[in-house]
Amino acid sequence: MRVLAAMSGGVDSAVAAARAVDAGHDVTGIHLALSRNPSSYRTGARGCCTIEDAGDARRAADVIGIPFYVWDLSERFHDDVVEDFVEEYAAGRTPNPCLRCNEKIKFAAVLDRALALGFDAVATGHYARLVTEPEGTVAMHRAVDPGKDQSYVLGVLTQQQLAHSLFPLGGSLKQQVREEAAARGLAVADKPDSHDICFISDGDTAGWLRERLGEGSGRIIDEQSGEVLGSHQGAYGFTIGQRKGLRLGRPAPDGRPRYVLDIEPVSGTVTVGSRERLAVSGIDGIRPRWCGPAPSEPVHGAVQLRAHGQEHPAVVSADGDRVGIELLEAAQGVAPGQAAVVYDGTRVVGSCTIAATR
Amino acid sequence: MNQPSAADPVYLDHAASTPMYAEAIAAMTAQLAATGNPSSLHAAGRSARRVVEESRETIARAIGARPGEVVFTSGGTESDNLAVKGLFWSRRDADPRRVRILSTALEHHAVLDPLHWLAQEEGAEVELLPVDRDGRLDLVAYRAAVLRDPGSVALVSVMWANNEVGTLQPIEEVVELAHEHGIPVHTDAVQAVGAVPVDFAASDVDLLTLTAHKLGGPYGVGALVVRRELALTALLHGGGQEREIRSGTLDAPAIAGFAAAVEIAVRNQPDHAARVGALREDLVRRVAKQIPDAVVNGTRDGLPGIAHLTFPGCEGDSLLMLLDARGIACSTGSACQAGVPQPSHVLLAMGRDDEQARSSLRLSLGHTSTPADVDALVEAIAPVVERARAAGVVAGLSPSKQLAG
Repeated sequence: MRVLAAMSGGVDSAVAAARAVDAGHDVTGIHLALSRNPSSYRTGARGCCTIEDAGDARRAADVIGIPFYVWDLSERFHDDVVEDFVEEYAAGRTPNPCLRCNEKIKFAAVLDRALALGFDAVATGHYARLVTEPEGTVAMHRAVDPGKDQSYVLGVLTQQQLAHSLFPLGGSLKQQVREEAAARGLAVADKPDSHDICFISDGDTAGWLRERLGEGSGRIIDEQSGEVLGSHQGAYGFTIGQRKGLRLGRPAPDGRPRYVLDIEPVSGTVTVGSRERLAVSGIDGIRPRWCGPAPSEPVHGAVQLRAHGQEHPAVVSADGDRVGIELLEAAQGVAPGQAAVVYDGTRVVGSCTIAATR
Repeated sequence: MNQPSAADPVYLDHAASTPMYAEAIAAMTAQLAATGNPSSLHAAGRSARRVVEESRETIARAIGARPGEVVFTSGGTESDNLAVKGLFWSRRDADPRRVRILSTALEHHAVLDPLHWLAQEEGAEVELLPVDRDGRLDLVAYRAAVLRDPGSVALVSVMWANNEVGTLQPIEEVVELAHEHGIPVHTDAVQAVGAVPVDFAASDVDLLTLTAHKLGGPYGVGALVVRRELALTALLHGGGQEREIRSGTLDAPAIAGFAAAVEIAVRNQPDHAARVGALREDLVRRVAKQIPDAVVNGTRDGLPGIAHLTFPGCEGDSLLMLLDARGIACSTGSACQAGVPQPSHVLLAMGRDDEQARSSLRLSLGHTSTPADVDALVEAIAPVVERARAAGVVAGLSPSKQLAG
């Protein structure tokens, strides 16, 4: 196959590209430039958007022996990922930009362009396993390394996208990948993992949002008494289930910690209460993305409600543009805007965006 | 993507760098084993010095300068920086009113970036004069800019030939007006020497940049030709090797290779221009036949080796990548943007919009180019453009967009 390997400059995507070559594919490396002004995104070596990272990716491609180019996706990234991120926070929700990037950029804009240019597939360094089933469909499963599994952020991929994707690292442990990178002579072997949000250079999400959304002060009120417990400088600094950083000044009458229960973006009101009040037994989902045909019967499986979150046993029903999720045991800290990814065993069934909780 | 290419790689990026002449390699390698710093006083030093001075004389003779006017540098970027900054500083020191610099919007970044820096850090008032749709300096605007206040102009810098579209600038007119007002003129001629006739004395310019690797010499060496009587403030301070204008141990082997290349390139220039010009005409005619809506940028009487084309609906990066996969090397413009493709500032200056600027390709021929290279490009271009258009549709480009001019 002709394979386009997306190379971030990190160790995972470099080894993924090398493995695609070993598998006999005709591989071309690309680095996605996601910022028009690359130095403005990330200044350290952890992210995916600096000129230094592009240089690391280029050097890895040299070592692997494949052609390498930089593709400028900065406009699409800004429109589809960064703006969406800001709008979601403005609406009181908690978006996951990595899912959005996979849905709109890596496996859409990049994949579509790759197919148009004559490639058959896009390979990335994501940790997830793809299995071609007897009838020819491609199923996505959790990675072998539970600490690195990234099937959650890939839960937005459709069958068409999965059929043109390669995840060469899904069967490996991170430690093996690092050792392999060193053995292959890739200088990125000991480069730290990227985390946080690649377009927020200093990791200060609240400060970054404040620059774009302005100061939006509001009240913090107690859910039971309705009493005003404090104020804040921007509702976007809060996430459902958050406990730290509330700065309420005085303890609750029962002396137990309080958590963010609700964010009302128009008035800026943040409601807090006890942990029990966070309990959610049902979720209404929108924007479903199924990895195959939409399930015709309720799925008795599990849902994951945030990146690196635990699995919650659930029954999931697809109903056109809506998804109903009944949790068998209550979950806590479920934030609208996050994705609920549906699993049947290790297999990803699909995902939806959390619209409301019950 | 890497289809096995039956033929040898096809190199159509001579404007980025052209292969060294065998004579230049021989002249350079002959010196690599020789010991001796050209500044040393002993026999070994004198021997190296002799190589440098003979090379200086060879280069001066080839381009119509006096040997003492040739200042060796590390290449085009250093020469341009030295010319623009060095002249700005010395002219302003002599008369503090001289703070304006007149140049064009399509200079190489080796001129534009120092200008930008001088404006930011040194209070220079930089005026980038407009060009027409073919990339030729607007002489009316130039005249108006000079006459507005001639006494405040520190220098004029206008490239001899553009590196992307190949258009030649009206250097004679630029110099004539500037000299009427005692303003010195610098020209970046890295693309011109060996491609079109260049004579330093006859052109009457005051400073001229040339570099070895664009004309068949090695990388890392070039020269700034500086009129004897002109004062220039140094950028690099140290041993003062080059007329106190430039310090640094002279690279005798590279300078020997540089001189050999200049001698051949200038001697061959008329034949080279005729032969490469004919190949270029053939390439443009046959590409236009395959891709009727392709637009040729620049003037026909420009650099003989450059064919700069806009392919509506295609992204230049897609074209480059698809041609590269077929073993054909070319460029989307000046390859100096940190690996991140940017629309060419040259095409934007020529009045093209962002999309048109991104839909362009520079195919540049040189002394090793053959009719087989043109055949290979012509054979590849239709399927490559077709694929790139499909990708352009995905990217939201408008394939039917009418390109004026």
